[in-house]
Amino acid sequence: MRVMFDEVRGNRFRSWLLCSFFIVLIGVLGAVIGLVYGNIFFGLIVALIFGFLYSLIGFYSGDSMILSMSGARPVTKQEFPYLYHTVEGLAIAAGIPTPKAYVIDDSALNAFATGRDPKHAAITVTTGLLKTMNRQELEGVVAHEMSHIRNYDIRFMMLTAVLIGIVTLLSDFLLRSFLWGGMGRSRRDSKSGGSLTIILIAAGLLLAILSPLIGQLIKLAISRKREFMADANGAILTRYPAGLASALEKIKRDPDPLVDKANKATAHLFISTPFRDSKGFVAKLFATHPPIDERIGRLREM
Amino acid sequence: MNPWIIAAIIAGVIILLVVFLYNSLIRLRNQVRNSWAQIDVQLKRRSDLIPNLVESVKGYMKHEKTVLENVTRARAAMASAGSMSEKAKASNMLSDTLKSLFAVSENYPQLKANENFLQLQEEITGTENKISYARQHYNDMVMAFNTKIEVFPNNLISKTLDFKQEQPFAATAEERKNVKVSF
Repeated sequence: MRVMFDEVRGNRFRSWLLCSFFIVLIGVLGAVIGLVYGNIFFGLIVALIFGFLYSLIGFYSGDSMILSMSGARPVTKQEFPYLYHTVEGLAIAAGIPTPKAYVIDDSALNAFATGRDPKHAAITVTTGLLKTMNRQELEGVVAHEMSHIRNYDIRFMMLTAVLIGIVTLLSDFLLRSFLWGGMGRSRRDSKSGGSLTIILIAAGLLLAILSPLIGQLIKLAISRKREFMADANGAILTRYPAGLASALEKIKRDPDPLVDKANKATAHLFISTPFRDSKGFVAKLFATHPPIDERIGRLREM
Repeated sequence: MNPWIIAAIIAGVIILLVVFLYNSLIRLRNQVRNSWAQIDVQLKRRSDLIPNLVESVKGYMKHEKTVLENVTRARAAMASAGSMSEKAKASNMLSDTLKSLFAVSENYPQLKANENFLQLQEEITGTENKISYARQHYNDMVMAFNTKIEVFPNNLISKTLDFKQEQPFAATAEERKNVKVSF
């Protein structure tokens, strides 16, 4: 139990760290945009206000957006009593309120959890997963997702997705400003003297190109670590690591792992990457999930 | 510095620590009680489902009277159980009798085709699982609480403030030996 309370605290700390990092990034992007349009301070304030409003909306409606984007529909007890009971049971084991259960009508084997805290959370599985897994395996998968919810991984992931969204929008805006109206004005400015402005703009351009990338890399590095944690905590919930291990083996052998409605924005949520696995250094850097064999190995050793 | 001031500061810090510890013990104990309530809810749910189950099975299982009687008896024992360990024992017994009932039901293809029976079976199996999860969570919480009041220096305070060890939901070793299942 101790381990998991520390997990929650650690995630709270990481969330704050991430937010401060992104606030600075958004501020700098805003300032550079302001510089292009002639008023640094104005740009800074507008970017921060825009970021604040956008993240509020994203944070509170993100889960329903993600659910509808992935084509998930709520489950009734009559339709899938099996799934319903498993979710209820594991919520009891985890000591959290029962999250809502959803399914995606897709033959791929996958599942994800989303929400902003254990009181507002949802667990989604594909119908393919329900058909293929036996009770122990389904319990393993749901326990993994339940751990994401209890450890507040879902909140952290939601925050990251929203913040990356803002930075990407601002960077995009900045790049467009360079291409269109902004360029002319900055040339005029540099004529009036200020090689500093040119340097700043060059730096801003670099930042605009790099910052969405930096955000992604941070998210992915953390996401992979959270997967191992959720595997371990899920095993503590079911007291049966072999269940999840054999579920992952089935997922690995899944001949058609593509979830039709998954995209880059929702990929990191799934229990296993919803695209085809790719190899090589760059692919590893951008992988949302640790290699499945390593996860199975760790579970088998427990 | 005036030694009185130092003494007052030390006393103040100690009082603060005691208050902090007391509050965290209360919080933990309430969590323990709440997780006990979770077990109780599921135990009750199962007991409520059993009459329906017996009713739906009765017509098919004419030759398995003892199996059905065992279930009914175990349910009655569950209802009259008082202490935590008695409840745990009765619950184990009920789980075992239900297991043998479902095992026997495999021999009755007509029963296996009965929609109502299948639904009840899923419902009871789900509830059985929930009981074991609730039990696991409760026992974890009890262990965390018991450890917390036992370690030094918490034990000094928990003793004076009369915090007692909580009972895990488990049959005692003696009682476990007595459980007999007839198939």
